[in-house]
Amino acid sequence: MQTNPLLALFGGALLLLGLIAFFIGRAKAARVRAAGVAMHAQPDQYAWFAVLATAGPALLVSALGAFVMLLLGAEIPVPYLLAGSLIIAALGLMFGINKAKPDFHARQAIERVIGWILIGAALISIFTTFGILFSIVFEALRFFQMHSFWDFITGTVWNPGASFLVAAGRGDEGGAAAQFGSVPLFAGTFMITAIAMLVAIPVGLLSAIYMSEFAPARVRTFAKPTLEVLAGIPTVVYGFFAAITVAPIIVNVAGFFGLDASFNNAVAPGLVMGIMIIPFISSLSDDVINSVPDSMRQGSLALGMTKSETIRDVVIPAALPGIISASLLAVSRALGETMIVVMAAGMRPNLTANPLEDMTTVTVRIVAALTGDLEFESAETLSAFALGLVLFAVTLSLNLVSVIMIRRFREKYRVNNL
Amino acid sequence: MNHSFDEISAQLKKRHRKSARLKWISMGALGLAGLFLVLFFSDMLNKGLPAFQQAYIQVEVDYNEDATRMGRAAMDREISSLVSRSFERLIPGMIRDNPDLLGTSEQRWVLANSQVDQYLKGHRNKLSEEERARVDELAESGQVELKFNTTFFTNGDSKMAESAGILAAVVGTVMTMLVTLAIAFPIGVMTAVYLEEFAPDNRLTQLIEININNLAAIPSILFGLLGLAIFINFFGVPRSSPLVGGMTLALMTLPVIIIATRTALRSVPDSIRHAAFGVGCSRWQAVRDHVLPLAMPGIMTGSIIGLAQAMGETAPLIIVGMVAFIPDVGISFTNAATVMPAQVFTWAGEPERAFVEKTAGGILVLLSILIALNATAVVLRKKFERRW
Amino acid sequence: MNMQVAERESNAMSSQQSGQPVTRNDSANHELSIRVRDLNLWYGQNQALKNISLDIFQKNVTALIGPSGCGKSTFLRCLNRMNDLIPSVRTEGLVEMDGRDVNDARMDEVALRRRVGMVFQKPNPFPKSIFENVAYAPRMHDLVSRKAEQEELVEQALRDAGLWNEVKDKLHQPGTSLSGGQQQRLCIARAIAVKPDVILMDEPTSALDPISTATIEDLMDKLKKQFTIVTVTHNMQQAARVADYTAFFHLGEVIEYNDTKTMFSNPHTKKAEDYITGRYG
Repeated sequence: MQTNPLLALFGGALLLLGLIAFFIGRAKAARVRAAGVAMHAQPDQYAWFAVLATAGPALLVSALGAFVMLLLGAEIPVPYLLAGSLIIAALGLMFGINKAKPDFHARQAIERVIGWILIGAALISIFTTFGILFSIVFEALRFFQMHSFWDFITGTVWNPGASFLVAAGRGDEGGAAAQFGSVPLFAGTFMITAIAMLVAIPVGLLSAIYMSEFAPARVRTFAKPTLEVLAGIPTVVYGFFAAITVAPIIVNVAGFFGLDASFNNAVAPGLVMGIMIIPFISSLSDDVINSVPDSMRQGSLALGMTKSETIRDVVIPAALPGIISASLLAVSRALGETMIVVMAAGMRPNLTANPLEDMTTVTVRIVAALTGDLEFESAETLSAFALGLVLFAVTLSLNLVSVIMIRRFREKYRVNNL
Repeated sequence: MNHSFDEISAQLKKRHRKSARLKWISMGALGLAGLFLVLFFSDMLNKGLPAFQQAYIQVEVDYNEDATRMGRAAMDREISSLVSRSFERLIPGMIRDNPDLLGTSEQRWVLANSQVDQYLKGHRNKLSEEERARVDELAESGQVELKFNTTFFTNGDSKMAESAGILAAVVGTVMTMLVTLAIAFPIGVMTAVYLEEFAPDNRLTQLIEININNLAAIPSILFGLLGLAIFINFFGVPRSSPLVGGMTLALMTLPVIIIATRTALRSVPDSIRHAAFGVGCSRWQAVRDHVLPLAMPGIMTGSIIGLAQAMGETAPLIIVGMVAFIPDVGISFTNAATVMPAQVFTWAGEPERAFVEKTAGGILVLLSILIALNATAVVLRKKFERRW
Repeated sequence: MNMQVAERESNAMSSQQSGQPVTRNDSANHELSIRVRDLNLWYGQNQALKNISLDIFQKNVTALIGPSGCGKSTFLRCLNRMNDLIPSVRTEGLVEMDGRDVNDARMDEVALRRRVGMVFQKPNPFPKSIFENVAYAPRMHDLVSRKAEQEELVEQALRDAGLWNEVKDKLHQPGTSLSGGQQQRLCIARAIAVKPDVILMDEPTSALDPISTATIEDLMDKLKKQFTIVTVTHNMQQAARVADYTAFFHLGEVIEYNDTKTMFSNPHTKKAEDYITGRYG
């Protein structure tokens, strides 16, 4: 915490230098101009250039220093680093003021710097993706050094706590070592995703058909934003709804038919997730259906087809790539959804085809592994990153396929429409 | 060969009947989605509205010597089992702070415990038969009442349902959102300006574009893994702090702001840019002085929507530890904090019945804020909507 | 034809500026297909068609010409009620086919369109195979059921549309893979496969190159042996080449309706003459 006043001091000094640069730079440029010499830029622009020359390199150096310290673990004493930066700032100040001459293009120089800053901002999104990728891959690799990748992908027993059983002298029950077979987790994930899609795709698609083909304009302007409300509800709220309201209903209904359902059954989170995803499907499908050229509908109607026949046989097939792409995005979203399953699905890895039993998902295990009081280095914690890696790979490919499909769709109708 | 209208119409009957079905089914689907929405909101209101009322009880507080050690001693034993322990714990401190109180006594309205509260609301509770009779009696004489629950809006979290409140989470949300906005807004707008106004159409630009679209679709929990591995473990940002939460959410909000800003920039017609170039503006000056101000309403709308989205996000915050138990309201960027959805999550995990109500109450507060934000965005859009 | 109708008819005709009412200009193949009387149409507040009275004769090509925005396409779309798709449109007046008022509430517009087909300005094949583009509607209308019948019908329609030789080896490729002119002929094949009485063509060649245009014009000439054709065109040479009758539209009114020869050699109205000689339009 002792670096904080130091940082404040550094910031203050830099600010002061910047102010000095601004005023001296402007004064100098104004003086030159007052003497009647034509200059390439306005005095303010020279002033700003001086400020940039002062602060830019200094900040860069200090950031670089901080990065080197973190990355390479090299010890550079913070005061020296900051003092060095300040010296560079002073040098930059002199350089900047010196540059306030008639033949210097201050505006172009500033705009070049701004251009670089903008590119830098744009690159942050790339860094984010790489950040996600690297953070996951490195930790996942460490996990795969402890447990074989093959066992992880094909194993049917997920039992990270088994090592504790060994320690407690109950080794016979849980096997000799912790087991990280992810098949039951993926099975659970796919089961819940499948249930969600069974709800979301028909309801979402049919709603979109109604809104874009049948509904009067008044209904449409009202219904579309209302449906989108479903997408704006936080997932934690859906999770609560699934666990407290829907799950008991499912248990009761199952009981009515003489079936035994767990309170952490897969149907409740799947159903609620489906409701959450309805607006994704409906609004994307609605866009796609609307972008099917009207000439196609007219062509069909002019042959003596009814409206519904036109929709079923012409509009939907034409919109199909877009609809599939929307559904893929929805699947990707369902696979990665966390809160609903954390709150409403089970914790027990359970390889079963019965949706009324409790089962767990990839995201649930990630949360469970990272919220306990375990050492970060433990295999269980690292297993979260291995699961995250698979999740990343699957959702990334779904997203990419979906993006490519929708792009093809757009191009197709742009060409046909011209 | 050709058929008459009557023949054709007769053939068509069946097809028309079949066709009508699609209309009704699709209408039903929309209705079903609407029904879900209605069910959901009525369920939340039903469960959450009682949280805004809380049982209070009028007690005779006797500030005696024993009460300096154990607050319970200040009250009649039969009554004290109905009073919230959060009040009992306050008594010794009150006497210490104000020694004149010692030896006096007074009638006070204090928080009843959650069992009394649940009993009065007709929910399951653990009161004994005697206690129930006593509460009935007190209610009869007006000494136990359901009043507006100010505690819920002035307290942080508590293990005792009756004194648990949302304020610490609200403050945490505000701090986190400040960080998010401070990072995501400038970077997002700059990225969009670059892509829309400056970028050449090359591989790098395409890569950035694909990447942004992809980021918008990556599961939020993976951002949490990034926050944990890079911000916390690598850069040493304090765990559970609004700083790390805000940074993580900023990365998630970035694509939303970029996409909204690009749309807003694109809707500014080129004639504006050409006019600016015509009077000798450089590209940057044209953007700064003419294009950006015109696009601002659209950018603001998009940012508000992005903010609302970030505000409801929970999963990545759990991973970076923002599910801490925060009893005190603290305004700090680096200390442990919680946010509203995380508070909802914590409460949802409490086994006690009274917390279900708190959870739903917290949800109602959260939803109200989100609805207010989205309504602001809609109003903003309507107000500044402009046709070129 | 009873007296009343005949009277109304002559009234309608006399209200027109054309010298010689076409209804009387008869010959052997001048059997009435569609009778239009006092047709008015509004888009919201704007009147787009004013008191149109026109007879369309069977197994002839009737061309509708006039400057753009004159209402010729709108009129065409009244004949199979495609204007119903535009919510703000309101029509009044009589469009009679086969003794039935087309705009009558009891008239099923689906049945009407089954008998009055349409080919559009831009080719709009369905996103299906070439075969399916043609076979789809007849199958839905129960004109054919067995596979062999379908194949026979598709071949016949494609032959009639002059496309068979070009596509017979690739019937299962998507219809959109064809060139523009081929796509348009596919749309014509699609329309004739349902065996309508009338085919409406809304500037069918305006999106095509000259060679495809010539092919389609030849086709129209052949098709009029089986079908009544009404075509909108802004190309006067085309009207002169293919049409038996020509109606000149201007600002929502029919200024002159005559057999094509008369129209182009000796128009009765000044406006038509000015338009045809290229003074405006």
